[in-house]
Amino acid sequence: MNVLKYFFVGFLFGIVLTKSEAVSWYRIYEMFQFQSFHMYGIIGVAVATGVIGIQIIKRYNIKDIDGLPIEIQEKPKDNARYWIGGISFGLGWALVGSCPGPIFILIGAGFMPVIIVLIGALIGTVIYGALKSKLPH
Amino acid sequence: MSVIFQTWPWYVSGFLIGMVMLSLIYFGKNFGMSTNLQSLCSMTGLGKRIEYFDFDWKANRWNLLVVLGAMAGGFVAVHFMSDPSNVDINPKTIAQLAQMGIDAPNGKLMPQALFGEQVWQSPKSILILLVGGVLIGFGTRYAGGCTSGHAISGLSNLQLPSLKAVIGFFIGGLIMAHFLLPLLF
Repeated sequence: MNVLKYFFVGFLFGIVLTKSEAVSWYRIYEMFQFQSFHMYGIIGVAVATGVIGIQIIKRYNIKDIDGLPIEIQEKPKDNARYWIGGISFGLGWALVGSCPGPIFILIGAGFMPVIIVLIGALIGTVIYGALKSKLPH
Repeated sequence: MSVIFQTWPWYVSGFLIGMVMLSLIYFGKNFGMSTNLQSLCSMTGLGKRIEYFDFDWKANRWNLLVVLGAMAGGFVAVHFMSDPSNVDINPKTIAQLAQMGIDAPNGKLMPQALFGEQVWQSPKSILILLVGGVLIGFGTRYAGGCTSGHAISGLSNLQLPSLKAVIGFFIGGLIMAHFLLPLLF
């Protein structure tokens, strides 16, 4: 159970993202055309659930499964990386309709051409890793 | 039982995704899918040549297990929980796509035009998928997170940097969906 719990959480994630159709290229296109509330509803409710959960964790000092205090990392207070990186990801997200999670979910579901997207994503990761010290953050 | 096969409503799905994130926090981890791209690169030994990949990827094995689970979940959902009523998108969206020569969903998750088996024979299609992937990999690692790390986890923790990233995601997405996609198709 120690490590299997991660598999099960991922399994639930894969099913929810597929059954909500958040992995669908069509749903992403429809979202960026503002022609459906569906995707905004999913993200909105996920964030609302998260905000309430994290507030409960903080207020009641809830410990994690090993009894250790829960510390949620703050994001670095940078600027350029969020705008440039964010826009780059957005361009790719709307082009091939998948963010990193769905790339794996879709390959698992048998959409083999998504492997090309994964190869591209790994190349993009290597490009970032190689250029990291030269890029503004 | 039929509710399982239909498209899951946004309020159920959103709540479950929020719970996935909270479960990982309860396990002492965090919810972030694009970190796995860095781990996969590191596994190949790239850390010897590029500092960014020089870390103990084995410490992130739990996240690779989440990925394996997600892949299995996708398989089960597509093969055993699908229904022809799925992906019921806006008719206006379907009409717009038809103008670009992109097929209507009719129950399937992905358009044939981009993800059909014929793409393997089309250099243009391969290039589109590859470039899309490069933008995703480069962008998420540069921004330090994707939809899970910034839009869900970061915003849930009221992080201003994540809001910047999410606004960036939407600027990029809107440019692609409204101006660039029509040029490509």
